[in-house]
Amino acid sequence: MRFTLNGSEVDVDAHPMSRLLDVLRVDLGLTGTKEGCGEGECGACTVLIDGEPVCSCLVPFSQAEGTNVRSIEGLGDDHPLQRLFMDEVGAQCGICTPGMVLAALSVGESPSLSDVQTALAGNLCRCTGYSAIYRAVLKWRGVSPDGASSI
Amino acid sequence: MTAVGRNVSRKDGIGKATGRAKYADDLVFPGMLHGRTIRSTIPRGRIKSIKLDFDTTGFTIVDYHDIPGRNVVDLIEQDQPFLAERDIRHFAEPILLLAHESLERVNAARVEIEYEELEPLFDPEKSDGILKAIDINKGDVDAAMAKADIVVEGIYRTGHQEHVYIEPNGVVATPENGGVAVFGSMQCPFYVIKALKCMLGADAQIRVVQTETGGGFGGKEEYPSMIAGHAALLALKSKRPVKIIYDRLEDMVATTKRHPSIVRHRTGVMRDGRIVAMDVDVLLDGGAYVTLSPVVLSRGCIHAAGAYRCENTRIRGRAVATNTPPNGAFRGFGAPQTEFAIEVQMDRIAATLGVDEVALREMNALRPGDTTATGQVLREDTSALAVLDEAVRRTEFRRKRAEYRGTNRTIGLALFFHGAGFTGSGERHLNSRARLDLTETGVRIAVGSTEIGQGTRTMHAQIVSDALDIPYESIEVAQPDTSVVADSGPTVASRTCMVVGKILEECATAMRDALGGLTPREYFARHGAFSVERKYEPPDWIEWDDHTYRRDAYATYGWGCDVAELEVDPDTFEVKPIRLTAVQEFGRPIHPALARGQIEGGTAQGLGYALLERVVMRNGAMANGQLTNYTIPTTLDTPEIDVVMLENPYPGGPFGAKGLGELPMDGPAPAVVNALRNFGLDVREIPATPEHLSTCASL
Repeated sequence: MRFTLNGSEVDVDAHPMSRLLDVLRVDLGLTGTKEGCGEGECGACTVLIDGEPVCSCLVPFSQAEGTNVRSIEGLGDDHPLQRLFMDEVGAQCGICTPGMVLAALSVGESPSLSDVQTALAGNLCRCTGYSAIYRAVLKWRGVSPDGASSI
Repeated sequence: MTAVGRNVSRKDGIGKATGRAKYADDLVFPGMLHGRTIRSTIPRGRIKSIKLDFDTTGFTIVDYHDIPGRNVVDLIEQDQPFLAERDIRHFAEPILLLAHESLERVNAARVEIEYEELEPLFDPEKSDGILKAIDINKGDVDAAMAKADIVVEGIYRTGHQEHVYIEPNGVVATPENGGVAVFGSMQCPFYVIKALKCMLGADAQIRVVQTETGGGFGGKEEYPSMIAGHAALLALKSKRPVKIIYDRLEDMVATTKRHPSIVRHRTGVMRDGRIVAMDVDVLLDGGAYVTLSPVVLSRGCIHAAGAYRCENTRIRGRAVATNTPPNGAFRGFGAPQTEFAIEVQMDRIAATLGVDEVALREMNALRPGDTTATGQVLREDTSALAVLDEAVRRTEFRRKRAEYRGTNRTIGLALFFHGAGFTGSGERHLNSRARLDLTETGVRIAVGSTEIGQGTRTMHAQIVSDALDIPYESIEVAQPDTSVVADSGPTVASRTCMVVGKILEECATAMRDALGGLTPREYFARHGAFSVERKYEPPDWIEWDDHTYRRDAYATYGWGCDVAELEVDPDTFEVKPIRLTAVQEFGRPIHPALARGQIEGGTAQGLGYALLERVVMRNGAMANGQLTNYTIPTTLDTPEIDVVMLENPYPGGPFGAKGLGELPMDGPAPAVVNALRNFGLDVREIPATPEHLSTCASL
């Protein structure tokens, strides 16, 4: 089955009902996508399909056919948002971070705090209490964390 | 420029944010098998027969007969088997291990186990299986209680709490040099070594390596020894690498949780608010085996009188056995339970006396020179009043408290403290060691303390950088590999920065003297590599009696005051936290951003403990072992957390630092419940779910 992964066309021979998560991690060896719960609750396995964040543990591989999939590996090694997650300590243990970063990419220009909270509502973090994640995302979008409106 | 006190670039690098950091499940070894644990489906009984109902071709199958040494997970006691032999004491007890190349086939394998079922015991109040009993006595409680103007009584309950580290437990074991190497998600690689040596024999060649670990919170303190043992048995029998990764359900139903508690208070007070007698009874549900219950109970009891002075105090504690999976370490380690109880009791005392809760706390808060329940004389690094005053001032607590009356808004507070490092003589017994290696490029830190998100690598490197007066960037931190690093003790008890950091500071000071003014590179070029190793020396004034529980329980304490502001729906009892304020004193932050992360994260966990996280046990098994129905705070449940870090340097810590990791867990639950009480609901139990609040009487 063919799809576009991080900008390149790939062809993978896997069962159509395989989880996209396993295709990425096992068949393609891209282990940046993490499994936290396997039931779409924690968001650690978030990838973007045609730009939309999805839980790859809930996506049968057949649904990925012909789509444009972006995993954390597609962001390269020095995306400013990745850097901010480390500098602001939005990543502590780091297991939720790849999914969190991809989900945060959908946050638009000049977000309010509540825009960020809503965008990340499907991604659980047990370490940070989220505050440092908000600071990272707001800074990335050029908003001063102290000045972000919560409305 | 100094490194300590600045938000230097973290030693983690960028790997956690790019997905390159390798966690246990990311490891692949050639020829690797997938392991699975077959567990009991009853809470108590005896195994009658085991039937393998699948084609066993290509399978490796292990039961207790395959254990060459002792079939016990060696911890405080030696009572918990790696694999049940005949008796089943709890649901999800490991019985049999399977491994196969195909994960699909190993998961599909059916094993039928026939049991003779026995009557299980779930109610800790009915249990006579005492895992540990503790008595702390100070003064004459009965005489003082008799003279008190008023005696206030109360019973407080807390439920289980599940850690929900986002990375479930997992290890890979592989045959190596006639023995076995284990790579896994864990807090304490040397605990794993100890347990494996007991299981495989003292001469067994064992190496344990911590992989990047996706959260621990105590949940990866003792249980990884069990999983590592299982993977090692399968690897040794199959002569192949074996990976065992728990899925979320298995992790939630089978591994440890925070101990449920029932705490009874009787407090004698005078009309002016002085507390003259405290009588406290602590009951912890330990589950089916001892694991860490004795030390959880110990910390719980020592914190049970709260951050208050009282000349007559009696604390009796028991941890008892039930037929539920063993409870174990969880951030706070007994103190969140007992400090919840005393803090709600304090608000009830204030209400009984008709005084405000701040004034009652101000009058009774511990000050330098006061003695704790164990008779420890507190030193200058005692900040109960400072954190209380700052929290009250910053939140305008008294104004809001009056203003919110009769509205859907409410506010409450809690004052708390947390002993840093192992309890009593624990640090002396641990005898931790740390080592610095001079290398060609700089200096390498070689300790077994693990990075689990809290910033171990970074903080240690900052301390060494300043003590050695070399650039932070030239310091490397070795991966915890038991064949390489010194045994710096477990990564628990808020000891990694304060205790291990202090030993590293001493190593660095000694290395600086040895360098004689040369840089590490210059020294290496002339004389080659060398190492400095030091072991922990407790402060010389520390005295502790393990039998009477008297004197210096901890070298120092962190202090905190949390204020919770909530909005309550009076019809549905839905509680929306609006703002949390966390004022905490923990000596001095080594890395302020990491320290703030500990406070924000711990406060959010405490908020979940207070309002959301309910473990439903049915017939001894967790019935809601999924993140769908065991809910932890999401972004939408977590309000703004206003963090204030007060400084009061502790002379015994590296650059004045005290332990911090657990302190933030102690305050949120009582602050939230006291806010609910100020709203008019007589809450004495957590989690305070809407269902529970609907049953609480009005005040």
